[in-house]
Amino acid sequence: MRENLHRFFRAARGAGVKLSPAESIDAMRAVSKVGFTDRTILRDTFLLTLAKTQDEKKALGDCFDLFFDQPEPQSPPKDGKADEQDPSGSNAASDSPGDSSGGDEQAEGLGQLAQMLLAQDRSQISAAIANAASAASLSDIRYFTQRGIFSGRILDQMGIQRLRDDLGNLAATNPAVAERLTNALDGLRGTVRDTVSQALTLYGREEAENLRNEILRNAPLSRIEPRQVEQMRHLIRQIARRLRERYSKPRKRQRRGHLDVRRTIRRNAAWGGVPFLTAWKRRHRDKPKIVALCDVSGSVARVSDFFLLLIHSLHEVVDDVRSFAFSGHLIEVSDILESKSPEEAMAEIMSKVGFGSSDYGNSFDDFEHGWMSAITPQTTVIVLGDARSNDLDPRADILRRIAERSKRLVWLNPEGRMAWGWGDSEMPRYSTFCTVVRQCATAKQLERAVSDIVASYQ
Amino acid sequence: MAENRPSASIEAVESGLAAQGYIASRQIATAVYLAQQIEKPILVEGPAGVGKTELAKAIAAWRGMKMIRLQCYEGLDEAKALYEWKYAKQLLYTQILKDKLGEVLGGAPTLEAALNQLHDFGDVFFSKEFVEPRPLLQALEQPAGCVLLIDEIDKSDAEFESLLLEILSDFQVTIPELGTVVAVAPPTVILTSNSERDLGDALKRRCLHLHIGFPEQRLEERIVESRVPGISQTLRKQMVSFIHEVRTLDLKKLPSVSETIDWARVLVLLQAPELGHEVVKDTLNVLLKYEADIEAASPQVSTFIAKATRQNVFG
Repeated sequence: MRENLHRFFRAARGAGVKLSPAESIDAMRAVSKVGFTDRTILRDTFLLTLAKTQDEKKALGDCFDLFFDQPEPQSPPKDGKADEQDPSGSNAASDSPGDSSGGDEQAEGLGQLAQMLLAQDRSQISAAIANAASAASLSDIRYFTQRGIFSGRILDQMGIQRLRDDLGNLAATNPAVAERLTNALDGLRGTVRDTVSQALTLYGREEAENLRNEILRNAPLSRIEPRQVEQMRHLIRQIARRLRERYSKPRKRQRRGHLDVRRTIRRNAAWGGVPFLTAWKRRHRDKPKIVALCDVSGSVARVSDFFLLLIHSLHEVVDDVRSFAFSGHLIEVSDILESKSPEEAMAEIMSKVGFGSSDYGNSFDDFEHGWMSAITPQTTVIVLGDARSNDLDPRADILRRIAERSKRLVWLNPEGRMAWGWGDSEMPRYSTFCTVVRQCATAKQLERAVSDIVASYQ
Repeated sequence: MAENRPSASIEAVESGLAAQGYIASRQIATAVYLAQQIEKPILVEGPAGVGKTELAKAIAAWRGMKMIRLQCYEGLDEAKALYEWKYAKQLLYTQILKDKLGEVLGGAPTLEAALNQLHDFGDVFFSKEFVEPRPLLQALEQPAGCVLLIDEIDKSDAEFESLLLEILSDFQVTIPELGTVVAVAPPTVILTSNSERDLGDALKRRCLHLHIGFPEQRLEERIVESRVPGISQTLRKQMVSFIHEVRTLDLKKLPSVSETIDWARVLVLLQAPELGHEVVKDTLNVLLKYEADIEAASPQVSTFIAKATRQNVFG
């Protein structure tokens, strides 16, 4: 049972519950007090000792149900097969392994696995599968691509090689039995496959998810397939949450500064320098202010979509965000983003200004006339776009004025550096006025960029 | 045979708490039982008013132990939670000692000897005598054990959490001048949190994690039954199912068990035989604490009452 517990802990980790060794020791202590007999109490015990959040409790509960229901469901399919084969094979069964006196010349020559399959002993077979599975360390399975490998290993463990030899021999001597055995082997393969799949859902969930997220994180945002968009949104929200956690804490902690010795002494001069009143140094910190200008023209629309989503999920760290979207001309979209669900907001923004051919000069002009006052010396201005202005006047002079008014001007370009300056790209001209210029084509780069911006206010 | 006992004792916990008027779900009872068995604190999370604090009170009453309560807030520190030096007393003693200084040092032939004697007195000032124990230290010093309730831990600062770690894992505190104070009898520790702030992993790891949500209908009826004995069965069923309907709405603050009990008391006071549109409208403010919530719920009242009555007839 101890072995079983360890496997359960591994499964729990697979389900995304973070388990430290100390916690598993606690759980084992607790289990030793409540025992294994009462399933519901056991379940409660695990939930109490292992899971530390509501989400974890849910994941762990599901994992528990899956894990402790595991051994049973393998049998039914086998059952069906056994039944339908019974009439044809009943006489063969009577003279195969069971009675050693009658037809043992047949059973004698066969390997253990063949005998087991012919005997149709379900409990024996599932025990053998379980043994082979633990010998093949099935609980190490992490990715769905490993399914074939593990199935193969388990079958090897069970002695499929010998079975193949047996089959080869039987095909010549006793075709009827050979056919029965082939059918049984197919059944066995199916069962093993099921076992492996189940192990994968138990142990591999988190890894698989991590892998998928990792791939997604590095995938170019502009070329995401429609079915991945929802996952991407989810990932972006995760990123925003992480940034929030990282940057909302220290702001609070740093409220108290060091003792300001000079001011303390000066203030207490009247008492002969005995420090009755203390003075504290306070580090001055700017409140983050962000103005984001997003190109939503066809070529970069998807990237800016995710970018706006990220900016707005970050509201809890950055109170003061104003977002603007443009392709041919520029509008403010802060209200739309805040009041609507992400999908609706994006759709509305796109219908208003999206998909046109971009005109940076005109859009900057719109911004200068309408909202230049939104920029203060504390503002970080972020421009997201490919700087392809269709050979129209780039109005780099406005960008210069924006740069002069603001704390920093960051340009995030979804195109690779190689492409900057080629064709109608005005990037070299713009970049002279930018504090930071970055390529930003994947979720990972996006996270980095935003993280740096927020960090600069800490 | 050994495996039969635990579930029996979990039931014992359940009935013990029930005798104090606290109707515990099976999970709560299991947590209390385990906390006792493996000597671990319980961290109780959940919305306000579902009986987190009540649980501690009920445990104390059931086991006949003293309950020591530490209410957490932003800025709570060692001096208020753990111990403080009695400065005034120390000062007073120094004054007295000043007069006696001559006598004390009189016998010392050399300066060194005098200094050594003074050192001995110095240690006296930082002894148990001058320590003012605050809730946490008090809890450790209870000879018969106690229930220590650390209420709303999420309201305190992150630094305070680290202060608690020693107590939670080993039931001891280290006072630099005195050394380590170990609990006479390990207290039963209940921490509550409304999840306003995420607690540190170190703290969570030291505790059993219990989440108390809104109770199921059956359980809530039993809670009302035990808390408001005068209420008729019909009314009880109706009001609880009504509240369960209200909880499906998207409100700022969902009514929790304490509101249920308050409402039950009000209804009994008004001698309402069963839920009616008028009564509900008039008393909705007991259940909902925001004007906006009341406005949101008002249009639904009739349907909810109808549902509650129907359910009462069939089940």
